[in-house]
Amino acid sequence: MTGQFQLEVFQNEYLPEGAAEVNAIITVTATGSGAAKPAGPAAEVIIMDCSGSMEMPRTKLDEAKRATRAAIDALRDGVQFAVVNGMDIAEMIYPKRTRLVAANASTRAEAKRAVTAVRADGGTAIGEWLRLADQLFIGHSGSVKHAILLTDGRNEHETPEKLDRILKEVSGNFVCDCRGVGTDWEVGELRKVATRMLGSLDIVAEPAGLAADFRAMTAAAMGKDVADVRLRLWTPQGATIKYVKQVEPSLVDLTGRRVESAARSGDYPLASWGDESRDYHLCIEVKPAAVGDRMLAGRVSLLDGDDTVLGKAQVLAVWTDDTALSTRINPQVAHYTGQAELAEAIQEGLAARKSGDVETATAKLGRAVALATETGHEDTAKLLAKVVDIDDPVTGTVRLKRQVAKADEMTLDTRSTVTKRVRKPGGS
Amino acid sequence: MTCPRCGNVVEPSHRFCEECGLNLRQTRTPVGGPLGAAAACRGCGGDSFGPDGFCEQCGHVRPSGRDRMMADLGLVAGLSDRGRRRSRNEDSMACGVAFGAAGQPGPASAVVAVVCDGVASTERADSASQVAADQAADILLEAAAQSDFDAEAATSEAVAAAFEAVTELKRADESPSCTYVSAVVTGTEVTVGWLGDSRAYWIGDALQSEQLTTDDTVVSLLIAAGISEEDALNDPGAHALARWVGADAEEREPHVRTCSPAGSGVIVLCSDGLWNYLPTLGSLDAAVRADPRPPSQRSPSDLVDALVALALESGGHDNVTVVAVPFPIGDGGTT
Ligand SMILES: [Zn+2]
Ligand SMILES: [Zn+2]
Repeated sequence: MTGQFQLEVFQNEYLPEGAAEVNAIITVTATGSGAAKPAGPAAEVIIMDCSGSMEMPRTKLDEAKRATRAAIDALRDGVQFAVVNGMDIAEMIYPKRTRLVAANASTRAEAKRAVTAVRADGGTAIGEWLRLADQLFIGHSGSVKHAILLTDGRNEHETPEKLDRILKEVSGNFVCDCRGVGTDWEVGELRKVATRMLGSLDIVAEPAGLAADFRAMTAAAMGKDVADVRLRLWTPQGATIKYVKQVEPSLVDLTGRRVESAARSGDYPLASWGDESRDYHLCIEVKPAAVGDRMLAGRVSLLDGDDTVLGKAQVLAVWTDDTALSTRINPQVAHYTGQAELAEAIQEGLAARKSGDVETATAKLGRAVALATETGHEDTAKLLAKVVDIDDPVTGTVRLKRQVAKADEMTLDTRSTVTKRVRKPGGS
Repeated sequence: MTCPRCGNVVEPSHRFCEECGLNLRQTRTPVGGPLGAAAACRGCGGDSFGPDGFCEQCGHVRPSGRDRMMADLGLVAGLSDRGRRRSRNEDSMACGVAFGAAGQPGPASAVVAVVCDGVASTERADSASQVAADQAADILLEAAAQSDFDAEAATSEAVAAAFEAVTELKRADESPSCTYVSAVVTGTEVTVGWLGDSRAYWIGDALQSEQLTTDDTVVSLLIAAGISEEDALNDPGAHALARWVGADAEEREPHVRTCSPAGSGVIVLCSDGLWNYLPTLGSLDAAVRADPRPPSQRSPSDLVDALVALALESGGHDNVTVVAVPFPIGDGGTT
């Protein structure tokens, strides 16, 4: 069930004398999985926030139920699945016992009936929900394991420390896409969950949009057929890994997710893959060598759950006194460095705005406007325009808007980490 | 007579020793260059390299046999070094001794030396310089073993062969290229041929020394056209090559010149990695004469060692290659 993985490296390996930092973008493209062959085993858990607040307004719970039923309909026959009720504790909605069941016409119908009958009651404890999902996935190693988490509120019924502890325990075991409904949830908090669980994050400001989104997420998860992919990075003695980030399709910092695997090697979880392409930014600090010296700053390999090597790539460093070589800017590295800066400017600007620091907020959001303009991020520019009045998009001269809809601010924050692929020279 | 390598009795008319296969008409540096021994890792001193050619410990690239190439054929010696600031050695050399119709172990009829400097802005410049030097040396050695040897005609043929070999390396997006300088030295004459800025010098024991080549660089062309040296050197492309060996070269006919020195001395071929530190004839002459022995009486390997060491001590900014041939050539075989 292994598709074809292709790794491409984009970097300027030439460094000036004394330079230590090596940057490279690795594009990983998987082809030949999915449709052509019978799909591999898959497991899906849908976590539905059934806290009391889902009743306010009533449409939230109704839409959540409708979305969950749509997701159930999108499960193909044979997929092992369950639906979890998330409150201050986690309970099974379907099936009754704590296990997964295979999807077929009758289990899907039973599950949908059980969802329809659910009442909203109790609080919010996301850690508990994830822990139950994790338990459900036990015994399904080798399957593509995916969860959808829907919440409308803050994680009020457990401490942040407890959530952190549980995330550490379960992260890497399954992928969890997170959706915030309404405007009473905390972007930073849910972003942390989505990032640690290698999933996506989005806002559903209007509950009516939920069903289509759930169906798309389930379909995307079902399209993955290479489970538990890892990026293995070997670095030379004395090297420091500054960061390993997914930079496309969204920004996900993987640096802290390293698991030591061999001498000078560590593995970073990349979860499940279908036919898709993702980009990673590696930043490695090496011991500068003499001008003329050439060294390997990193060996990158991609492994599946059975340790089969799916692809390999090299990150190089060559020191030169030829400034024409060392000052060449690699467009891919520059592009993603700019995107990370854009996301940071937005997040810091919104945080400053929230804390009443008008000066910092204006500066950071202005910088974000300039960056978005410069790099052609039209969608982000539009979202920014709902938070600030823009006098000059090029220089980033802005004024904070007096009145900002909560949903607009949260949408901007949530989507700040959605990236856009660099246009390849003469490419498609 | 007997084979100088294995001692088997050989017929003077034979081209190869029937016992060990030694070419009795010539001896030369190996095709691909006289590669140095694989050394320890430059980064950590270790010796464990992955299949991708990088140190398993510190990531440094496995040292290349091209980093320091040495040849000592008695009548001619050469040394080519990566230097201290370049990631590869893109200089190459080839040299050999031709034995004429009588074959080894008779007296040598000619000594052949070639130095080529890969143009650094092209990929595979190291391959270009090596195939050019190897092909040219082959042509020159074959020709020198003939009784009707014409060193000037052979030099033109050698350059044509070098062009052909380098052109084969051409790909759609790149055209590797190199400079060329060769010397054919006999008991009475010295014939040099060149394209580019690698140089040949005559260093006389008693006679006046001389630079035998003129650089094919933009600055030389400007000076030849009457522009002052100062103005010419200020030209932004002053040091660019005006002629070279490569598929993209326009002028393919080498400069060729023959001289018959009236006394003893030594022929020195070198890449710009040496002469950048000794730009004038006087400075190079003085560097050779730093040793009190008459230049032709020093072993050529001792002489090239000293000149390469000088370039490295001066900074080793570029690859450096030096080949030396004492004149007139002795009767020595390969001893
Ligand atoms: Zn023999
Ligand atoms: Zn090493």
